[in-house]
Amino acid sequence: MGARELLGRQVTLTRPVGVAPGELQKKPAARTRVRELLTHQVTGPLAALLVAIIIFSATTDTFLSAGNWSLIAQQSVVVGTLALGQTLIILTAGIDLAIGAIMVMGAVVIGKYALEGNPVVALLLGLVVCVAFGALNGVLVSLAGLPPFIVTLGLFTAVTAAARLYSSSASFPIADGVLTVLGDGPSIGGVQITYGVMLWVAMTFVLGYVLSSTAWGTRLYAVGDNPRAAELSGIKVKRMLLTVYIVAAVIYAIAAWQSLGRTPTADPSGYATANLDSITAVAIGGTSFFGGRGGVWGTLVGTLIVVVLQNGLTQAGIDSLYQEVTTGALVVVAVGLDRIMHKRQER
Amino acid sequence: MNEQSTVLKARGLTKHYGHVVAMDDSDFDLRAGEILAVIGDNGAGKSTLIKSLTGAVVPDSGRMYLNDEQVAFHNPLDARKAGIETVYQELGVAPALDIAQNLYLGREQRKRGILGAVFRQVDAKAMRRGAAEQMSDLGIRIQSIRQKVETLSGGQRQAVAVARVAAWATSVVIMDEPTAALGVRETNQVLDLIQRVRDRGLPVVLISHNMPNVFQVADRIHIHRLGRRIALADPSKITMDDAVSVMTGARKPEELDGLISGEGE
Repeated sequence: MGARELLGRQVTLTRPVGVAPGELQKKPAARTRVRELLTHQVTGPLAALLVAIIIFSATTDTFLSAGNWSLIAQQSVVVGTLALGQTLIILTAGIDLAIGAIMVMGAVVIGKYALEGNPVVALLLGLVVCVAFGALNGVLVSLAGLPPFIVTLGLFTAVTAAARLYSSSASFPIADGVLTVLGDGPSIGGVQITYGVMLWVAMTFVLGYVLSSTAWGTRLYAVGDNPRAAELSGIKVKRMLLTVYIVAAVIYAIAAWQSLGRTPTADPSGYATANLDSITAVAIGGTSFFGGRGGVWGTLVGTLIVVVLQNGLTQAGIDSLYQEVTTGALVVVAVGLDRIMHKRQER
Repeated sequence: MNEQSTVLKARGLTKHYGHVVAMDDSDFDLRAGEILAVIGDNGAGKSTLIKSLTGAVVPDSGRMYLNDEQVAFHNPLDARKAGIETVYQELGVAPALDIAQNLYLGREQRKRGILGAVFRQVDAKAMRRGAAEQMSDLGIRIQSIRQKVETLSGGQRQAVAVARVAAWATSVVIMDEPTAALGVRETNQVLDLIQRVRDRGLPVVLISHNMPNVFQVADRIHIHRLGRRIALADPSKITMDDAVSVMTGARKPEELDGLISGEGE
């Protein structure tokens, strides 16, 4: 009896057996839901984006024009698509520093082959090359267990050089047609929505669905969140990692196609900032670098923030170096917030 | 199945690592409906024994029987398929996922029809329902099945891990130091839960260093020393000091009353 009383506190956690399971499935109370909404990954970035849009609209005459919105959408497309792939990798607590280099390699392979050959075959060839490098990243990270930062840094250097060697540092002009189709598209109210923009948004929808509503998505979060727990649950963590790097590489190949629609040249020294821009978009979009938290919708907003800032500061006539300072500061703030949140959750 | 039937039995398990004998002709018996505590000093070979039972280690020789049928586990998946599930000391849960997702991790249910077959959509509702029933059945107090595990206390997290294992195990639950990372109050919560798992009909193997915990919940105690089972004890008939002295070799098992005879027939 005495011992039971001493242990009495355990009753605070455990109820008598058979308490209504229905109670547990109820949606959380309205107040909790409001709090969840406020702390949701997309809320902060979206607020920041709106503030930026309001400020630039008020301070410049040109920012809100239809033409400028067409431009923002098109400026977002390549980095935005790359950032979707980057999101998947960062969700596994990895990182891909070779992302831009692999895309450029893909674009150069497509451009060189398309000079003489069939453009559709060229696209497939680009896809194969991107996937091969993605798989190499994946094998080194998953099977060899090397740190993603080092592996992809190495690949970044090697692939960048390889692309220049392969092209003899020349750029290839791209003929109109299949290869540039993503740069075309209808105009809605003066804003040109290219097929590339549509594809980017559609991919965000698809990946958002996969992450939230399929077992693969749940497992991807689990692998990034706690690989040991994932392994104990019977998830093949290494295979999962390899798959993620390959899926990301398919997305890079699509980004390569996007880039040809944006500027019809395959330039081995183009998109030099795509590596960091994609990481910036993911970080600002609220995906955690510790893995397991975040998603593609945040990344879409993060991409828009990066592009709107660059675009708006240009409209306002501010030196492009300040744009870079601003973007850099935003990344540090985003990662700092991530760290603080992570600390709180580790308690 | 009566109370006395043996669910998991091992005879003559041996494992060498080079010249080191980790397991030396060890026996093991787990009966239906009991909590069997396994105790032993560090280096006694407890973990090799447990790993053999969960498929993580393949013994060099010896036989294992599950419900009187001989079995051989070559990897942890074999043991899981046979209905043996394990809870580990470190919290084997994914904190960013909610309770239902954790309970079904690696075993997600898909929706019926085209949504499931073509679009691979998981049936979140059904999984929430199943998880809620499981948590409620085990009397684990949480606010909602949608809570992320990171919002739970350490004891509640371990309770989620136990609930998952209890949900999927069909023959045996093994708990490897499940309370080592927990405080006193949370430990009691988990011990309570372990008893509830047993009361629902699953026999439990509890590996623990904590003698008061062992004596609080165990129905029988397997004492491991120098790579083998040196004694099987009834905790109501021996003291903690007796158990420790046998475990450390300070006293011979023959010197004690309260040991269960007829083991290892």
